[in-house]
Parts: sequence; C-alpha cells; structure tokens
Amino acid sequence: MAKIMAGVGCSHVPAIGVAMDTGITHEEYWKPVFEGFKKSREWMKKQNPDVIFLIYNDHCTAFDARCIPTFALGCGAEFQPADEGWGPRPVPAVKNHQKMASHIAQSLVLNEFDITIMNEMEVDHGLTVPLSVMFGDIKQNDEWPSLVIPLCVNVVQYPAPTGNRCYNLGKAIRRAIESYEEDLNVIIFGTGGMSHQLQYKRAGLINSDWDKRFLDLMTEDPVGASQITHLEYLRETGSEGIEMVMWLIMRGALNENVTEIHRHYHVPASNTAVGHIILENNA
Amino acid sequence: MTEKEYDNIPGTIVFDADKSREGYHLNQFCISLRLQKNRDAFNKNEEAYLDAYPMSKEQREAVLKREWNLLLELGGNIYYTSKLAANDGINFQNLAGRMTGMGVDSYREMMLKGGRSIEGNRDKSEWGED
Repeated sequence: MAKIMAGVGCSHVPAIGVAMDTGITHEEYWKPVFEGFKKSREWMKKQNPDVIFLIYNDHCTAFDARCIPTFALGCGAEFQPADEGWGPRPVPAVKNHQKMASHIAQSLVLNEFDITIMNEMEVDHGLTVPLSVMFGDIKQNDEWPSLVIPLCVNVVQYPAPTGNRCYNLGKAIRRAIESYEEDLNVIIFGTGGMSHQLQYKRAGLINSDWDKRFLDLMTEDPVGASQITHLEYLRETGSEGIEMVMWLIMRGALNENVTEIHRHYHVPASNTAVGHIILENNA
Repeated sequence: MTEKEYDNIPGTIVFDADKSREGYHLNQFCISLRLQKNRDAFNKNEEAYLDAYPMSKEQREAVLKREWNLLLELGGNIYYTSKLAANDGINFQNLAGRMTGMGVDSYREMMLKGGRSIEGNRDKSEWGED
C-alpha cells in the first residue's frame, strides 16, 4: 500500500524561483534563504519519494476570475510550467501519477470533499518553486525526481477554506492515499506563506513572532493551529499570510505525533517571510 | 453597507466576493497581460485595447494613469494588477514601494530590516483612521 512518510511546509515566493533561474543564489541577499534548504535537499535524496502530493495556490494563472474552485485536483498526465507574464520558468514539465490521482479524486468525493477535477492545467510558481528549493537545480530537459499530484486551493478571493476544513481535508487525503494498492513512498507538501502582505498601504508586513509560533504549532499542536481564524491570519500575518491554511492540509495528512527533522526561517525574500519545516510521521 | 469584521485592519483591502464582483472586468483585463501577444496589443494602443473590457470609467482612468492604490480600491486584486505592473517593468517589490508611498529604496530597506512591524499596524485606530 502507499504510505505518507513525511510532510514538508515551505514558502513559494516567486523571487526564489527567479534567483535560482538566473543563478544568483550565492549573492549576499539570497545566501541565507538557500542555506536553510541544504539539509532539506540531502533529506529529499534519502527519502527519494515516488510521489509528492503538493498543495499550493494558483496565482490567477490556471484560474483567473472566470472560475475560482476552492479545491482543484490535478488529474492530467502532465502539467507545463506557465508563462506568468515574464516567460515560463526553465524547469521540466511536472508528471503526475495519474492512476493514483484518479483514485484520490474518487475517494475524496465519496468522503464528502467535493473537489474539482483538472485534466488540463498549467502550473505556476506556487508549485514549481517548492520543487526547486527541495530538489535543487533541475534542468529543463531533465525530469523531476518524483511524480507530483497537485492540489490547488483558492486563497486569492476571500474567504479561503477554513483552517479546520483544510485540516480535515488532509485527513481525507491520507485515507485516500493510504488505500491505494501500489507500494509507494509519498511525501506531502503544504506550501505558501509565511507572513506577508503584497498590497496597499500596509504592504511589507512581517510578523516573525507569530510565524515562529505557527511553526511550533505545526509540530506540537496541529489541532490548535487548525482553529486559527481568518481574521487572525489577515490582521496578524498580512492579507497574503492566509496562504498558511494550506500547511494545515499537509499537517492533517500526518500523524498527530510527528518528529520535527528540520526548520528554517528567514526574512526577507522580496516581500515575504520564508518558512520551512520537515515533519516525519512517527512509526 | 454592513461593516465587515476585517474592515478595521489598516492599509488593507480584503479581496472578497463584493470586491471580486466590482473588479471583474478590470481584473480580467489585467490578467490578459500575462500573454505577450496581448501585451503587444495593449502597448500599441492602450485605449483601443481597453475598449474590449467593459469596466467603469473610474477603473479605466485608474488603469491609464497607473493609480495602483485606486485600482485596488475599485476592485482590483494584487495578483491581477501586478500583471499590469509587470508589463511596465515594475516587479512586486517596486510596486509595494509605490503603494505604500515609501518609494522603492526605503521600502527595500524596511524589508531588509525585517519588514513592517505588526506593532501599531493591527487596527485603524492606531493609524488615526476610523
């Protein structure tokens, strides 16, 4: 049977992708950001997951204002990196484990999570940046080391799904994955955040104390974290900090008791606090 | 209009369903600039290109004048308006420098020093606003 071995929380700041794509990660500004992913890349090599289940948000790329699904599961064979207005990122297309994705789609709906099924979808930095930071540089004509099943969450138009809903969706995703017959090693990524506000007069807001407490809760008290209100995210972590609800989907798919393997926190990457955590399921 | 629980957060526009309705055509215009062929057409003749999007006169003026904050007040969302900025060669951080009125350099400096503190920035009363 397939098994979820670990969860990864990780920001997906577009500028991090640009820094990797333009080869400036050694510069003073970027060094401390990437330093914190050294250990993660070694860990990823050791884990060598067959499949990554990756939760992210689309930034009006696959979904503009015409259609805004709360949860959309990628079920197509592969997903091309999108042109977000400055050319597509020079990274490989993302390949799906299509059979497993269909199994998950069916299982989720029967478990009362009525997701949208995407058979054609381009993917933006929300998905490719976490893969890049965790795997390191992968050339465009190479392949990503793992198959990827993408789940898009609406966090652009308020309200995003509640933390509690996300946490419970994580549990349903775990049931779906772990009822899939093939023996597969799966890692689940929750991406986005941490505190940041990109818009209007309060842009630039960062709340490091809050972010660090959130990282603590990820390890020690996920149920507590799932009860954080939308108002608290908006006020305390900035209008775009609400992306952190996506980490709760990842966390819901793990055991209540986990071992924290690694943590990294740095301000700033462009306008954003970069946060990262690796949690392994206790045996 | 009924007050919303997030209305008292200072310097913040929450892009909710009301804003989304108000800004629909404006946002669809902005997102069209994701593609090079559309950017070329827009840059060739902004007025003519905008005719295809039935936005309000106020929204249209704000686009032509690049009034970044007003665009958000009129229903624009940052992930959309940033495509118009990108077309003009303005990245997210430089756009933030403009929206905050700080200018690009002092905004960047603030971010390097850890960003805008949450202290004094939780409630409109702390900004001397209602």
